[in-house]
Amino acid sequence: MTAIEILGLEKIYNVGFWRKRPKCALRPLHMQVEEGEIFGFLGPNGAGKTTTLKMLMGLVFPTSGSARILGMETNDPRMKAQIGFLPEQPYFYDYLTARELLEYYAGLSGVPAKERSRRSQEMLERVGLHDAGGLQLRKFSKGMLQRVGIAQAILHEPKVVFFDEPMSGLDPMGRREVRDLMDQLRQEGKTVFFCTHILSDAEALCDRVAIIHLGELRGVGSVADLTSSVQNRVELIWQGPSVPSSLRALGAEPHVAGSTVRAILLEANQDAAIEALRRERLRLISVVPVRTSLEDYFVQKLKPAESVAGGRQ
Amino acid sequence: MNSRIGLIASNTFREAVRDRVLYNLIAFALLMSGAAILVGQISIDIERLVVINLGLTAVSLFGIVIAIFIGIGLVSKEIERRTLYTVLSRPVRRWEFIAGKFMGLAGTLVVNTFFMAIGVFGALLYVSHHFQAPDRWLLVALYFIVLQFLIITSLALFFSSFSSPLMSAVFAFALFVIGTFAEDLRGFAGMASGVARWLATGAAYLVPNFSALNVISSVAHQQPVSGQLILYNTAYALIYTTMALCGAVLIFERRNLK
Repeated sequence: MTAIEILGLEKIYNVGFWRKRPKCALRPLHMQVEEGEIFGFLGPNGAGKTTTLKMLMGLVFPTSGSARILGMETNDPRMKAQIGFLPEQPYFYDYLTARELLEYYAGLSGVPAKERSRRSQEMLERVGLHDAGGLQLRKFSKGMLQRVGIAQAILHEPKVVFFDEPMSGLDPMGRREVRDLMDQLRQEGKTVFFCTHILSDAEALCDRVAIIHLGELRGVGSVADLTSSVQNRVELIWQGPSVPSSLRALGAEPHVAGSTVRAILLEANQDAAIEALRRERLRLISVVPVRTSLEDYFVQKLKPAESVAGGRQ
Repeated sequence: MNSRIGLIASNTFREAVRDRVLYNLIAFALLMSGAAILVGQISIDIERLVVINLGLTAVSLFGIVIAIFIGIGLVSKEIERRTLYTVLSRPVRRWEFIAGKFMGLAGTLVVNTFFMAIGVFGALLYVSHHFQAPDRWLLVALYFIVLQFLIITSLALFFSSFSSPLMSAVFAFALFVIGTFAEDLRGFAGMASGVARWLATGAAYLVPNFSALNVISSVAHQQPVSGQLILYNTAYALIYTTMALCGAVLIFERRNLK
């Protein structure tokens, strides 16, 4: 079943003080996110990711088009009770403690009064803030605020969760924990829609991704499909003190790191290269086909428009 | 009351208390103590008049300043700090947010006025050693002051739904000053002719009539307040407040939260 259905959402702002001129933040966007998947919405800064999210949350009104979440309109309170949202760089009421904030949001989301306290404590433990529940948010670090933001997004057990740059401000351990948490949400059957420009996070987590640039959708697909294409090249890794001269003749450009050497060459030259290593009695560690990474796909999808734009200039 | 409005109102009240808004009570207490002691020493037979005039005027001014300076930030601060995003992405309608914010600040002002009223009655007791029957009209004057707070809070919210905090403060304060002289404006409209009469009449009925809500001087002179005026002022304040809040909601419902 479709969790999020975007039907031609478009946003044009009128900018300028005196003579207003239109500025397109998002060109008509058509997209679907299925229930139970982690969907990555990727794009560089200013691509239109946050604008899309704000329209889905009912914070910004579309110029044209519409969207449905769990089959309901974006301004339907019944739908909003079933979604969670973490904005980019969240900021909360700094005079409240983390526990008070979560209880307040639980109330607004319709969690019964007698359950709010228990649910808030559970969430604080889930995001690793069980000791900081009584601390006012003004004393929280950026990473701790991000964790509170994640807790408030999931405390009412929503079916669909929207995260805008969820790893922002987190240290490596925190990033790992958030990745694990998103994975848990998927296992619980929830749909996760998250915006990021950190491709390694998307590649590690997402079932499908969409790439947006300059307000325009450039591509959508499953991460497995996008990264499975082999490039007719192989990566050789071996250990040894030297790089055989015959390998250079095969077009390999070796990168030496200590006693380990890594080289990429055409798949057609693979057997000849292995033979050369054997002759030199070097220890072969691995031979791996080079696959397209999400980063390669991302860069490829961003390039054409930029080159066109460059041509126009 | 809708539970979401109640939650937003209690959170607004909590914010005001934790932002030390009620600290103004300390300044008020110092003012009233100083005035009571000083007036007792320098006035003869008019101690009550001075304490009531000074006390009620201070209650009004302290409250108006709080209503304007907190009211103008109720919406704009939430937008600027993006705390509104996590509220409106929940099953909270925009009108509920405005209503909750209004009730939270109105509640803060009522509590503040309650403690200041205790201060006024305390100072009155200090200078005259006993209460008199006409002192009950002080409660009516305080009630009218609270009605003024409701109007000015709704206006501050209205302006903050579309303009910057600074401009909202200017607009709200200007309306308070003009509204204080609303009766004079109506008198001028009666004397003017042509377009000036038309414009003055329109302005006189558009600005809030704070002069009708100000009975400080008459209660200080122990004059009673008619039940008809209480009824009229109550209806006027509620209608004006509701209209200002409806205006705020209409604008806020269409606003893009960029």
